Amino acid sequence: MSSKPEAKGFPLPSSLTVLPGTERAQAAYPYFIQFTRADDDRFWFYNSMHFPEPMSAFDMVTAEAAYCALGSSNTRVHCLPTTLGIDHRIINGRVYIGGNAVTDPAEIARRTAEFQQRAFYYYEHWERLYAQWREKMLQLIRDAQALPRLELPEFEPLEHVRAGRGIASNHWLLDTYQKTLEGYFRMWHHHFEFLLLGYGAYMTFFAFCKQAFPEIGEQTVARMVAGIEAEIFRPDEEVRRLARRAVELGVEGQFRDGIPAAAIIASLERAGPPGREWLRELEASRDPWFNVNVGDGFYHYHRSWNDDLSMPFAAIPGYVGRVKAGESLQRDHAKLKTEREQLIADYRELLATEEERAAYDQMIQLAHRVFPYVEGHKFYCEHWYTNLFFNKIREFGALLAGHGFFLAAEDVFQLNHYELESAIIDLMTSWSNGSPPRGPQHWPRIVAERRAALAAWAKHDTPPALGPVPDVIDDPAIVMLWGITRESLDAWLAVGREASSNELKGFAASSGVVEGPARVVKSVEEISRIEKGDILVCQITNPTWAPLFQKISAAVSDIGGSMSHMAIVAREFGLPAVVGTGSATTRIKDGQRIRVDGGRGIVTILQ
Amino acid sequence: MGSSTHVSWFEEIGLHDRPHVGGKGGSLGELQRAGIAVPPGFVVRTQAFERFLAELERGSPMRARVQALHPEDLEALTACSKTLRARVEEAPLPADVLAAILSAHATLCRDEARTPVAVRSSATTEDAVDASFAGLQDTYLWVLGADQTLERVRSCWASLYSVESISYRLSHRMPEEGVAMAVVVQRMVDSRTAGVMFTRSPTTGDRSVVTIEGSWGLGSAVVGGEVTPDRWVVGKITGDISVREISEKAIQHVPAALRGGGTAAAAGGPASGAASAPAGGIEAVPVPQELRRAACLSDEEIQALRAVARSVERHYGRPQDIEWAIDRRTGGILLLQSRPETVWSAMKSRPAARPADNPLSHVMSIFGGRR
Repeated sequence: MSSKPEAKGFPLPSSLTVLPGTERAQAAYPYFIQFTRADDDRFWFYNSMHFPEPMSAFDMVTAEAAYCALGSSNTRVHCLPTTLGIDHRIINGRVYIGGNAVTDPAEIARRTAEFQQRAFYYYEHWERLYAQWREKMLQLIRDAQALPRLELPEFEPLEHVRAGRGIASNHWLLDTYQKTLEGYFRMWHHHFEFLLLGYGAYMTFFAFCKQAFPEIGEQTVARMVAGIEAEIFRPDEEVRRLARRAVELGVEGQFRDGIPAAAIIASLERAGPPGREWLRELEASRDPWFNVNVGDGFYHYHRSWNDDLSMPFAAIPGYVGRVKAGESLQRDHAKLKTEREQLIADYRELLATEEERAAYDQMIQLAHRVFPYVEGHKFYCEHWYTNLFFNKIREFGALLAGHGFFLAAEDVFQLNHYELESAIIDLMTSWSNGSPPRGPQHWPRIVAERRAALAAWAKHDTPPALGPVPDVIDDPAIVMLWGITRESLDAWLAVGREASSNELKGFAASSGVVEGPARVVKSVEEISRIEKGDILVCQITNPTWAPLFQKISAAVSDIGGSMSHMAIVAREFGLPAVVGTGSATTRIKDGQRIRVDGGRGIVTILQ
Repeated sequence: MGSSTHVSWFEEIGLHDRPHVGGKGGSLGELQRAGIAVPPGFVVRTQAFERFLAELERGSPMRARVQALHPEDLEALTACSKTLRARVEEAPLPADVLAAILSAHATLCRDEARTPVAVRSSATTEDAVDASFAGLQDTYLWVLGADQTLERVRSCWASLYSVESISYRLSHRMPEEGVAMAVVVQRMVDSRTAGVMFTRSPTTGDRSVVTIEGSWGLGSAVVGGEVTPDRWVVGKITGDISVREISEKAIQHVPAALRGGGTAAAAGGPASGAASAPAGGIEAVPVPQELRRAACLSDEEIQALRAVARSVERHYGRPQDIEWAIDRRTGGILLLQSRPETVWSAMKSRPAARPADNPLSHVMSIFGGRR
């Protein structure tokens, strides 16, 4: 126990090697995110929270755009006193990040003065700025939806000629691609416009609660500030509504386990007016509420409900059964609100002095003010917009595949976004001059090589952190967004010693103790294996998984904090949940009996 | 039921009656009035003691003899203590005091001689710490019949004249004039499980949790530290159980119904070793093997205790230190005692935060870096 942590630090970046045979795939990432010797002096950690799997060359655009926007918000817009932005590096497809702390007291003081002018203005005018934000975000979404379809006709349409348009179709490919990319970079600026300020206000209240009530659970503080009508609940509420409507319209018999969504839709179309009425209801729900990804939105293969209706449809039979059993399935907003108010009042009453109560009131008011953004932004940014973005890139993939560049449209995601622009210009050139494009000879080999590298990297473990361990982590961004503290680093360093234990520790996300069989689900495709009473064990969940929670008895995730989606939904369903265990999906075997103690954040493997 | 100046039933009294019913009696009355279940009982008021003392003083002085002692003169002090204690334990009781206690006892026990009671001293000092130092914490468990009860009431009174009690008063220059003692007589609960709970964390002082400790049998084993109890920490508001420690519980205290006899189980003192006295008293027996590692409370009982703890704390408006028992027959929760928590309450803690002129400046605790 007395051993000094510096004795064991993490490996240096320069000691990591690119897996043999994947060097060319590694070189596909831009030069400015490759590790160099100079990076050995700094502390880095693997961002497994956002990028739990190796990133394909195109998907790296998310890291690039997100850190560009996060950094500018911290460094230049709100001027956070103690931190600038986040640097990122990639090796073997894994994204490592490092904070850029400000430590000079004079500089901190200078930035504090700036911060208070800027951030305080945002807090003071939060409601107006957030309303404006939603308008901006919806406009950005409309702009992305309005981008033209990609077409390269043999001859330019006659009406274009008569109208004197003067610009040929190939130019619109470049224009559309650049607008698509520009929109994505812009979206990430919107994403971070309020994020750190919002989390900061929440963390302020959280830190106060921890000080006043040292043993309070993180999930309890989260329940005090959580919104009642947040966007995060809507997709699931829509599925419940559709189940209710199916019963009302008498078409519920169409929804049975194991029938593909397309077959159900086809038979509803034949089912006369009630069937068509239900399909109209479905369309109303889909736009916009089915624009939720089955992942965190950072990978192109996290498709949305709108792209694949199997997830929401799989939940309907269960909800239909509950409707027929007399349940309303409607979340009782008034009751939830009363419970939240009661919780706040009960803790307030326990504070020692009137002075503390007054401070508590001030802090929770601010937390409530910022929380609609904290909870709501993901739907617009990571889900709706990201989905539009990747689907537009997919259209380029289909176009290029149609011209022989790729074997399949999905191959487009093996090119980085600079390479993709060059492939588009190759096609534009070839369309214009009548010569065959060079891409078909160039890209298929590279795509195959990169796919093989991704598969190799996925099997290869990567250290959780690199470089010297800092004495103290004082970067609010890293603490708030990744939950990384000096204590969590010590725990990582200790991981090797604990691997033999049958206990996993995570965040206590939703209380209760349940034992049952573990269903280890590594991707959304596997969710049909889940049976009633199973304990869901997965890497991460998001709003699209919510309907699944009616079947399971508890939930465990590798990634996430007490404000993560799984935590919020588990509390909503009253299920025990432990999130952020780091290794549940690798250490727990499918079918093993486990015990989930959601109040203490402990998962025990029983057999 | 009816009461006299000598005896009061719990439901007739509250904390403000403390000068005449003592801290324990006042608290039990207060709890009962607040609608919290306590085993029924009465208090032999200080007036009864004073009436008796006046009788004794008429024979030869009591208080004056104590006041004449020198605190260092241990020999004289010991001799005096012996004489005065013997007088309190043996002199005939005034007829009205005797009648009041006997009548109340008969009512409490419904005239059944086998109904066990607990007899406990109820000191009138403001400070529980004083009472503890002065040795005024006698508890006699499983006392059977009116004669034993009277004997135990006198034992409680007599403890005022123990060596430690007298010397504590002398060295603190406390006047003999105000010295008095009330005695609680309460129906005894044969508890399946019993223990203590605090309406805050004893380790962090956190007021949002209730810490519960319990073990099999009577609570005296837990209070006396003879067994390592099971321990739970439960969210006062949320009900979340964050700590469950199930211990090896080797022994339990049970009524020595067949062989024991009126054993004094003063807090902290041993309760066994009175094997061949007449009926009554308690004894320590081994816990059956299959129960040793078993939790002595169900989750439902933990939640029920939490609810009781919350309403007691609400009633008093400050953190409490509570003794509880679960009736073996009915499964109901009964409280045996509740007193203000003193350790954390006495500490001057820095407030978690103060209100700010600009409420936004609170965020600097997150964004401003370490100071």
